Amino acid sequence: MSLSAMAQTPVDDFFYQSGKIYVVVAVLVIIFALLTFYLVRLDKKISELEKSRNEA
Amino acid sequence: MPAPDDIGILAKTIRNLHFHVPMWFTMIILLIVSFIYGLKYLASGNPSLDSLASSFIKVAMLFGAMGLATGSFWARFTWGTWWIEDAKLNGAAIGMLIYLAYYILRNSIDDDVQRGKFSAVYNLFAFPIFIVLVIIYPRMAETSLHPASGDTVAFSSLDLDNNLRKVFYLAGLGWILLGVWISTLHYRLNEINRKDEEI
Repeated sequence: MSLSAMAQTPVDDFFYQSGKIYVVVAVLVIIFALLTFYLVRLDKKISELEKSRNEA
Repeated sequence: MPAPDDIGILAKTIRNLHFHVPMWFTMIILLIVSFIYGLKYLASGNPSLDSLASSFIKVAMLFGAMGLATGSFWARFTWGTWWIEDAKLNGAAIGMLIYLAYYILRNSIDDDVQRGKFSAVYNLFAFPIFIVLVIIYPRMAETSLHPASGDTVAFSSLDLDNNLRKVFYLAGLGWILLGVWISTLHYRLNEINRKDEEI
């Protein structure tokens, strides 16, 4: 079965084109998003700590 | 350094090798570190070691989540489905749940010493089970879609000119160092909070 025969939706078409290279891009986006989410949370915890220290 | 561009359903997505796979390597390395600190905590009772063990597991879970998410997305556009009943996939998912329970256990105990001991002992048993679930059990399975599991081969068999390997080792090392660094950040934050509470 060719790639084009597998494609069904416009989203599929997008990711199947150009040798599926956008799947690699999407994987990078997922990793970046989760890492950023985690680091922002860590930043918030540090901010809370700073705040509690300034009050004390 | 070109990567192979036309490997069946993988096409150019073989490049995910440098991202999806090191997530799991990093997770396993962080869990090994946590396991060792757990053992050391049981021997010494030093609360800093318990803090180290839990910090490394927390970041290991982050890498596990990234591994699951990237793997699921990769599967959608190669195997044609987000998730499939497969020894490797289910083993990894159960392994993640086992460590999720580690945090439920920790948060349910108020006493510091008791929490440390229970956590370390849980860690002691969870790690070997995790390794069995993500590495040994998938290899023993009869069939699998995932590379290096069941009846499938590892990617090294596709990497005939070893060009992938050069990038992969460096990428793996980089991701592991990133994971260790974030874990130590988490640990340092925990320690400041813990010492504040002691005063």
